[in-house]
Amino acid sequence: METLVSKLLSGPVIAINLGLKSFGASLEQQGVEVVQVEWAPPAGGDREMMDLLDDLL
Amino acid sequence: MDIKQKIEQANEEAFRRLCAGDPVLVDVAPAGEVLPGLKGKWITHSGPPIEWKRMCGAQKGALIGQTIYEGWAKTPDEATILLEKGEIHLEPNHAHQAVGPMAGTISPSAPVWVIENRAFGNRAFCRQVEGNQQFGDYSDEALKGLRLWRDVWGPTLQKALHTIGGLELKPIITRALQMGDELHNRAIAASSLFANEMAMAMAKTELAKEDLLSTLGYVTHHDLIFLGLSMASGKAIADPARDIEYSTVVTAMCRNGTEFGLNVSALGNEWFTAPAPKVDGLYLPGYTADVAGLDMGDSAITETVGWGAFTIGGAPGILSLVGGTPEEALAYSREMRKITVSTHPTYRLPALGFAGTAIGIDIRKVVQTGIVPIIDTAIAHKDPGYPKIGAGLVRAPLECFKKALIAFSRKYDIGK
Repeated sequence: METLVSKLLSGPVIAINLGLKSFGASLEQQGVEVVQVEWAPPAGGDREMMDLLDDLL
Repeated sequence: MDIKQKIEQANEEAFRRLCAGDPVLVDVAPAGEVLPGLKGKWITHSGPPIEWKRMCGAQKGALIGQTIYEGWAKTPDEATILLEKGEIHLEPNHAHQAVGPMAGTISPSAPVWVIENRAFGNRAFCRQVEGNQQFGDYSDEALKGLRLWRDVWGPTLQKALHTIGGLELKPIITRALQMGDELHNRAIAASSLFANEMAMAMAKTELAKEDLLSTLGYVTHHDLIFLGLSMASGKAIADPARDIEYSTVVTAMCRNGTEFGLNVSALGNEWFTAPAPKVDGLYLPGYTADVAGLDMGDSAITETVGWGAFTIGGAPGILSLVGGTPEEALAYSREMRKITVSTHPTYRLPALGFAGTAIGIDIRKVVQTGIVPIIDTAIAHKDPGYPKIGAGLVRAPLECFKKALIAFSRKYDIGK
């Protein structure tokens, strides 16, 4: 049975890579088109700061 | 109204006050006559509060020079003994409505620029800008510039200013930002526009010819004379944004070569500090990064109000001094919009499609994004006794913003 995923992967794939560029680079080496999105976890992943920001921003 | 709404409202008010700032140069006067709350033998310095023992080499050198300049000591050794014994009272400039470039030292007989913010009636002060003593050079040659400023240039400019009844600076600042200045390390356009105004003012004033010529030579050949005015203007603009309940907007950033410090509107005069960072810069012949001191000076008040490196995209000429490419400079100016309340309605940059300068640094946005304010700055030697050795770019330490956010949360009982 054809699923949405198999349908998606049966044709050319364009990957959207969030954050670390190295993940996208390995796909690019395999000939996959990659769109890089600059992203970092809020407050650099600092849990205390993330909790405060939830309340303040 | 929940806390988020209260913060947004408070920050809008801080932004309104910052944008309403209307700096007017009203006087050049001895610091002892105008800085509030100081008596006896005192010297004020740049950055957050610090005692002599912890000061960096350049700030110690500047204090030694200032002590000799005041006549309180005859030699560097005598000055050092007085300072070590605590016989000269040391205070940060910011505690007295003042700012100073690099070591930032101000003492009673030194004339300061007096800026009045006509929108709010408050005043702020800044010392003269030069390339030697403020960097820690205490040689007789270095002090000669301070003496000329005290005895000739300062008093002559004072008389000329009194003749014209003061000088509005907003028109000069607006035009200079459109002429490739960022008003921190590049103030050539503003300095030239200022020299034009003061030349006319001096011509209208009864002055001894030698004083007129000497002062005319000083103001027309000093590319950074306006830095003292942009710094005092920045302080005069930023101070009315202090003490707004719930506001997370930064009201001062400064460094003493040992620590970087900042104030936040809702948190009054409390300093949030971290070790002063290293400057990534270019060096004058004979100097290298190995002998550089750490980030120093009150001049980051220009970035606090949206000038300096915040507008470096519009000032590519400065890159030959501090390093980097025009593309990087544009990116810095755009990046600063991510951590500020909004952009200034009047101060606009042609290079960015006449967008306003990013203003109103919000500590929440800094912590959330990890993007910290960028600052362009001069570099002093790590040891006392040297003039300027270079210039470059530096980022404010994230730690200060995190500390401030924690203090803010405690004040308003958040996160318990």
